[in-house]
Amino acid sequence: MATTYNLKRADFIFRNENDWEKILNRTLQRDKQELINELISSELKGRGGAGFPTGLKWKLANEAHDKVKYVICNADEGEPGTFKDREILTKVPFKVLSAMAICGYIVGAKQGYIYLRGEYKFLKPELEKAIAEFAYYCKEINFDFSIDIFLGSGAYICGEETALFESMEGKRGEPRNKPPFPTNNGYMDKPTVINNVETLAHTFTIFKYGSKKFYDLGVQFSRGTKLFSVSGDTPKPGIYELELGMSLQDFVDEFGDGDTKAVQVGGASGFLVPRKKFSETAIGFKGKLTGISLPTGGSMMLFNSSRSMFNVLDNYLEFFREESCGQCTPCRVGCQQLLIGIKAVKQGTKPASYLDKLMKLTETMQLTAKCGLGQSVANSFSSIVENFREEMIY
Amino acid sequence: MNPTQELISELATRYGHSREKLLPILQGVVEKEKFLSDYSMVEIARELDLPAAEVYGTATFYSFLEYKRMGTYIIRVCKTITCSMKGKNQILLTIKDMLKIGVGETTADRKFSLLETNCLGWCHKAPAMLINDEVYTELTPEKVREILSDYLKK
Repeated sequence: MATTYNLKRADFIFRNENDWEKILNRTLQRDKQELINELISSELKGRGGAGFPTGLKWKLANEAHDKVKYVICNADEGEPGTFKDREILTKVPFKVLSAMAICGYIVGAKQGYIYLRGEYKFLKPELEKAIAEFAYYCKEINFDFSIDIFLGSGAYICGEETALFESMEGKRGEPRNKPPFPTNNGYMDKPTVINNVETLAHTFTIFKYGSKKFYDLGVQFSRGTKLFSVSGDTPKPGIYELELGMSLQDFVDEFGDGDTKAVQVGGASGFLVPRKKFSETAIGFKGKLTGISLPTGGSMMLFNSSRSMFNVLDNYLEFFREESCGQCTPCRVGCQQLLIGIKAVKQGTKPASYLDKLMKLTETMQLTAKCGLGQSVANSFSSIVENFREEMIY
Repeated sequence: MNPTQELISELATRYGHSREKLLPILQGVVEKEKFLSDYSMVEIARELDLPAAEVYGTATFYSFLEYKRMGTYIIRVCKTITCSMKGKNQILLTIKDMLKIGVGETTADRKFSLLETNCLGWCHKAPAMLINDEVYTELTPEKVREILSDYLKK
């Protein structure tokens, strides 16, 4: 069944931020419950890729009983193929800072942090300047909220929210068991709202224009717009804001080079979609009625027919093997064995049927790994092996 | 106090002595000394009153916290999928050829170290590399030669 939502461009995120003082001041005068309801009715879902409803997250943090709470902006953008958060922090930092402060007001937090990945350290001086200007304004309007930057040190796994807390607490970035969830036990065991950079920027849009404007964009279950990081074999690599819900075929028509063989949706932890499934695949959160629906943190990598899918999978698995934190066995050993396994099949020291054993291994990892990293290795592995099996063997 | 002790005590005064200040302190030492020696890790543990094994365990988890001696300029070439497709190998060859070192090695004068790294977030401008905190994108062998020539003069 073909989905027929055309590709629709939008321009909210990078639209000027010069009115941030007005929007911030105006929003801080409004009732907290009313703001939470505004966010819930927008149906905004987390833009880091996991898609948790933002309004519900803020509501839960608001209801948590504690004097000390935190707001954290997750800028540990490490998923291969995504680079939108850096652009937001460079071009419209005040939207993110204002959104953090509004969140602080709603949930009752006085301290915010931006967890900035080490690879983006060069952003720090400009961002600090923006934070200083922001702090000055907060003081002027007598609003008590401060923001600091916490710098990461090159670990992909720290983008996982509980690993990020561990990292901020001065420990190895090893994910925690969930529950308890961050809205009750987050950073320093205190109630914490942790949102992706882009999610925060969208809340600014919602508080500025009202939830209806946002809700009217996109499709059912996938409301609003999303930034897409487009790379690979495309004549137009870059960052694009599009309404959610378009079909992958429309996307490829717009961004492909005419010879697109497959698209990786959602980075190394996402799914590879082959050409024959472009028209039945939609980009959005689960729950749509027609076809396959793939969520994404915005990473869209295009491959043309000159690319070997074996090399692609080999590259992903090496990435996961290095970035696995190593605390749980399914992920630590699984990633190693998958990499050894596909090489053995390719070299002919293992039969082609060994690929099926490896597929079983990814199923086990999906069921038993502690966090999203180990669980999602199965996504790219199975979608590549199923659709390009012959390329894995010959 | 020797220079390492002084640096650590200065960092601890600036950031604080609690456990959650460990990462900024480790980063501060790496920035100044280019790596974390066993000695500096033991000293940090002493300063923050932590077991040295905890400091070592944390430090070695993070790929940007080097615990082997590195050169003044650490070159990190992105090896993740898009950079790999867009000519990362030629970039590496050019650097190896100019500096006469392999991946994981440091030049004899301790000026450069060459490393590969995972996604830097510049896929739309691949291939990319970092030299310390500075980003270089849309690299070609010619461009790399120009960039390195400038560093060689420094």
